[in-house]
Amino acid sequence: MDIRQIKDAIARRSMGLVALGVMSAAFLVGFGLYWRARPVLAGRRWTEILFSAAWHPARGEFGLGGFILGSFWVTAIAMVIAVPLSLLTALYLSEYASRRTREWSRPVVDVLAGISPVVYGVWGMLVVVPLVRDYAMPFLSSRLKFFPFASDNFTGFSALAGGVVLAVMVVPIMVSVMEEILRTVPPEIREASLALGATRWQTTKKAVLKKAWPGVVAAIILGFSRASGETMAVLMVAGCALQAVPKSIFDPAYPLPALIANTYGEMMSVPLYDAAILLAALVLFLLTVLFNAVGWGILLRLEKREG
Amino acid sequence: MEARTHIRVEDLSVWYGGHPALKDVTLSIPDKKITAIIGPSGCGKTTLLKSFNRLIDLQEGVRMEGRILVDDEDITAPGADLTRLRKKMGLLFQRPQVLPMSIFENVAYGLRIHGENDRLRLGEKVEHYLRMAGLWAEVRDRLAAPAAKLSIGQQQRLCLARGLAVEPEVILGDEPTSALDPHSAERIEQRFLELKRDYTIVLVTHILRQARRLADYAAFVYMGELVEHGPAAELFAHPKDPRTEAYISGRFIESTGEDPD
Ligand SMILES: Nc1ncnc2c1ncn2[C@@H]1O[C@H](COP(=O)(O)OP(=O)(O)OP(=O)(O)O)[C@@H](O)[C@H]1O
Ligand SMILES: [Mg+2]
Repeated sequence: MDIRQIKDAIARRSMGLVALGVMSAAFLVGFGLYWRARPVLAGRRWTEILFSAAWHPARGEFGLGGFILGSFWVTAIAMVIAVPLSLLTALYLSEYASRRTREWSRPVVDVLAGISPVVYGVWGMLVVVPLVRDYAMPFLSSRLKFFPFASDNFTGFSALAGGVVLAVMVVPIMVSVMEEILRTVPPEIREASLALGATRWQTTKKAVLKKAWPGVVAAIILGFSRASGETMAVLMVAGCALQAVPKSIFDPAYPLPALIANTYGEMMSVPLYDAAILLAALVLFLLTVLFNAVGWGILLRLEKREG
Repeated sequence: MEARTHIRVEDLSVWYGGHPALKDVTLSIPDKKITAIIGPSGCGKTTLLKSFNRLIDLQEGVRMEGRILVDDEDITAPGADLTRLRKKMGLLFQRPQVLPMSIFENVAYGLRIHGENDRLRLGEKVEHYLRMAGLWAEVRDRLAAPAAKLSIGQQQRLCLARGLAVEPEVILGDEPTSALDPHSAERIEQRFLELKRDYTIVLVTHILRQARRLADYAAFVYMGELVEHGPAAELFAHPKDPRTEAYISGRFIESTGEDPD
């Protein structure tokens, strides 16, 4: 064996080892959390913990249902706002805007994507929360007395505020990725469509998006992951009241990451409390894995269907 | 008998960000004939062709001067209806550009764009135009398969069917056979000869023999200038300009380093 082949073998093994290490980190995190959460699982059923909303640590009740729903609720509101906004923005930038506009918009989008969540949180408290409190909530909740608008929370710190702040945070990320993906669609596809007498919009909708669809889904998954794991900004504006399940966009919501960040390390005298928080972390971890798996599953199917 | 003029180009100049690609081109394209545009690489043939359906507008920093009249209507005027113009002009690209969808949907695409949604009629028309492009027999059993799975020659005929389906009046071909094998190229050529009964055809080609075989009229473009144009037989037999003469006799190689064929 000459020296080149030895080097090659070393490179392959060492890189393989590093890759294995990085990937097993995910398993180690999951397993570590499980190990530390075991005490709270002993004697309780999974279903009880996942679906019960009774969170009374002092009484030994550790139902995570309210937090899980809080996570869903805030993330869903964020995505409902963020997906159309980012898609339309990305489409405008890649299909309609002049090169000039694109050239200055890209750094702006990147800066927005890089701003610390705390800054968004402060902005949310100063702007979004008052807007929700003074306008959105009084206006909508008094007129639409049904799900998901009816509420008796007049503080403005609400799932809606959390969702709006999250949406503003993930829009730049999704715009940036979606625009990148739309730019990979060959210009020939647009030419072919336009040459048949299609309008810009027809071309965008029927040819460009058709080609870019899997990538757009991937961008949405990315935004979703970011939104569901985001802690700081949500913690600051979503209310995070320990109450039952949120039933309105104006109710406070207490998502899992906020629970963990807020309470881990405190109240350690309460038996099983830290195990319960680590269980919350494990649930968050598993939900993230689940969402991503479902997302990638959709993506793979789309790609396969397109051929 | 002089044929009616279908497309009239008057003093057309085109620049790409200050770099001139066409200079003062004046040319009449006769109705229901094949007009070949020949010339060395980079002389502005594609630019000329894409000016006819204003696809040139998509290029960044392009500027156009002069007029192009299609059916006596100035298509370079501000506010010209580009979607209607492009519907009138089927364009075949140098490489077939299939859309990311099935064979059927590729042909149905243009029909749907222009408002045909009836499933039955769509089916009939797709079959009709696939037959017209000489592709039906090969794809009838796999209309739902992705168009990208077809061979390049089949893809080009699919593009022809797709272009014909929107019922254009003019067919613009930008070296439509240059990416094809000789057999596929011949099939496309045959289609063109059949189609010129009903369509005005403008064919950009590098292949002089192809121009000789197909063209009624020919135009020779060199470095953005229209050097010479006229009936193809005459232009090939008795070129008036020494540059044309050099190009068609293949003596161009020494003077410009271009391969004329
Ligand atoms: N988008 C563009 N931006 C800048 N310059 C361009 C652009 N498109 C073409 N050109 C230039 O304009 C000139 C004419 O180009 P054109 O594509 O019309 O040539 P052509 O005759 O079709 O060549 P070929 O036979 O190689 O296809 C060339 O010098 C080319 O480099
Ligand atoms: Mg060309």
